Amino acid sequence: MYRILRKTLGIGVVTEKAPVQHDKNLEKLGIEVKRIIDKRFHGSLAIREVDAGSCNACELEIHALNNPFHDVERFGIHFVASPRHADLLLVTGPVSRHMQAALLRTWEATPSPKYVIAVGDCACDGGEFGDIYATCGGVDKVLPVDALIPGCPPTPEALLRGLLACFARI
Amino acid sequence: MARFDWLSEYLALLQDEHVLVRRGSARELAPAHLLEIDAEDWGRSAQLAAMQDYRWCGMWGDAVDDHIKVYACLEHQGDYLMLQTVVDLQMPLLPSHSLSFPAADRPERHAQDLLGLVFSDHPDSRRWTRHQAWDEAVYPLRGDFPANRSDSAQPAVTPPDGDYPFRQIKGEGVCEILVGPVHAGIIEPGHFRFNALGEEILSLEQHLGYVHKGIEKAAVGRDAAGLVKLAGRVSGDSTVAHAWAACQAIERALSCQPGRRANQLRGLLCERERVANHLGDIGAICNDVGFAFAIYQCSRLRELWQRRNHELFAHRLLMDRLIPGGVRCDLDTAGIEVLRQDHGELRQEITELFDLLEDQPSLEDRLLGTGYLRPATARALGCTGFVGKASGQPFDLRSAHPYPPYAQLPMPARSREEGDVLARVQIRMQEIHDSLDWMDRLLDTLDEGSVQTELPQPKQEVQGIGFVEGWRGEIISFVRMDERGKVQRFFPRDPSWHSWPALERIVMGNIVPDFPVCNKSVNGSYSGHDL
Repeated sequence: MYRILRKTLGIGVVTEKAPVQHDKNLEKLGIEVKRIIDKRFHGSLAIREVDAGSCNACELEIHALNNPFHDVERFGIHFVASPRHADLLLVTGPVSRHMQAALLRTWEATPSPKYVIAVGDCACDGGEFGDIYATCGGVDKVLPVDALIPGCPPTPEALLRGLLACFARI
Repeated sequence: MARFDWLSEYLALLQDEHVLVRRGSARELAPAHLLEIDAEDWGRSAQLAAMQDYRWCGMWGDAVDDHIKVYACLEHQGDYLMLQTVVDLQMPLLPSHSLSFPAADRPERHAQDLLGLVFSDHPDSRRWTRHQAWDEAVYPLRGDFPANRSDSAQPAVTPPDGDYPFRQIKGEGVCEILVGPVHAGIIEPGHFRFNALGEEILSLEQHLGYVHKGIEKAAVGRDAAGLVKLAGRVSGDSTVAHAWAACQAIERALSCQPGRRANQLRGLLCERERVANHLGDIGAICNDVGFAFAIYQCSRLRELWQRRNHELFAHRLLMDRLIPGGVRCDLDTAGIEVLRQDHGELRQEITELFDLLEDQPSLEDRLLGTGYLRPATARALGCTGFVGKASGQPFDLRSAHPYPPYAQLPMPARSREEGDVLARVQIRMQEIHDSLDWMDRLLDTLDEGSVQTELPQPKQEVQGIGFVEGWRGEIISFVRMDERGKVQRFFPRDPSWHSWPALERIVMGNIVPDFPVCNKSVNGSYSGHDL
């Protein structure tokens, strides 16, 4: 136990200032969005991530949002296990046709008002997989999409920027 | 021991059993040895291979004109044997390998769904990759199937695969637990069906294929560079390894040899990918049993590692760094110095951290003995990577069949006998240490020279095969190109084809709440499997 405490205290908090250092505009945006989340979502924005056929690279970067460097919970953003608890769906992948019905059901299970963000190049327009029999070719072919975050995969910073920009707009 | 010194014994066995080898070639699919046999002998040749304790590594079909060429890959003592046969497109009937090798079960059903191969004595003829996105009687990998979405008649919403015939266990107190395809975390989709008696898992049946995005078909018509880009997205966490395997296949097909420095940098990138994934998963496994300290520390180290990737190689996950003929990035002396320092710091961090993790009674209580995979089962399923290594299967391409740069710079082979979650974690801890040491030695001996070699144009139809040890284990990549250099067939065999069935065995007798940690300790790729 002593060693764990020593290591924990030794490393301390590595979380970085919002969300990219030296970016005054983004910090301002972060504060603004925190204000929106505080007001519109009672200080807590619940996100359900849905992989609709991604290659799993987007998932790795979305995971990185929760690592101690980014720690998005401090903005009031957290990931939930059930769509019934979610305000927002983060959807990755070109929407494989085998996932189409499951994605729709997830969306239906999400209470209104709800938002959908397509994450990654394939979620935006099919990306590298292009026009192929097995996919729908993008999230907007299946669901109403409120915002796009392109990138292959988008970096945690790009994800944060996209999230913040989306909520500054709504 | 000489290469292939076991092959003559196998050939003699085939002869004894009156199996006619129509043609043999050591060069056509080098480094594998190709044996062409009759379709009727397909099952018998697998039986004999199983008797010799060969490992079954994969199968795929290739529809050419009015027939389908079928390949099965076997490995023994680090050498690969490729069985090949031809069936008629109108009557694509073939004996199954799954009776001799349980690992062949799902790959054969995948070929059945996508190519229409019929395995006459397959014990399980249910669909596997196909859900409801195309009809039973049409096959996406045949020439007459339209590749494009716009050319195929699609319903507005593809129906879910609700009536997939799962096996049922009936009995007093037995209940079914349905999980997925949408899982509770930020992970890929797939369906798991448990039969549980109280807390105890009696059986698990997987239903995968949800992230099938037609990668094999999407590859058709691409040029070499386009194919490698696609290969880098077979499984995003293994982007370097899959791209490397595809590069190898293309380069062997076109007799192109990348320079020493290019191969060394590929090795460096591949080991960096291994370290990143091992770090992330070790933290996540500990987190699955409620030990948050580990995930804080491991994800911190992983993030630092990925930031260095971005700084030196311009991509956090190292996507699209490999191209046919070489790599798209280089290292200067400053970069080398930075990496040396990183390696030293990470070594120091993990020595302290892993020692601490291995000394936690609460972790040991949850990981020791949990999710046991018998060595015999691992062998029968052909598990490689940390799943195989933790269950007594030391096979590692980097030492068993070293390719450049591992041929010049050996990597130790590791294995343990315990076969539980803890052993899989310990193998991965060891592999991080090994990779760090190896990368240090690589940086000391890095050759000068160009990192890109020009890819020649093919003069005729060519094919090639790549073998790479990714962080999950052995990756096999098959490529056939026409005389214009356009891809006609691409099959990437991710190690997850073998670790998913292992997970079904691993969880038996464990309690339902331990499923996440068992699953994470195997960490199969859905995308790499569903294709």
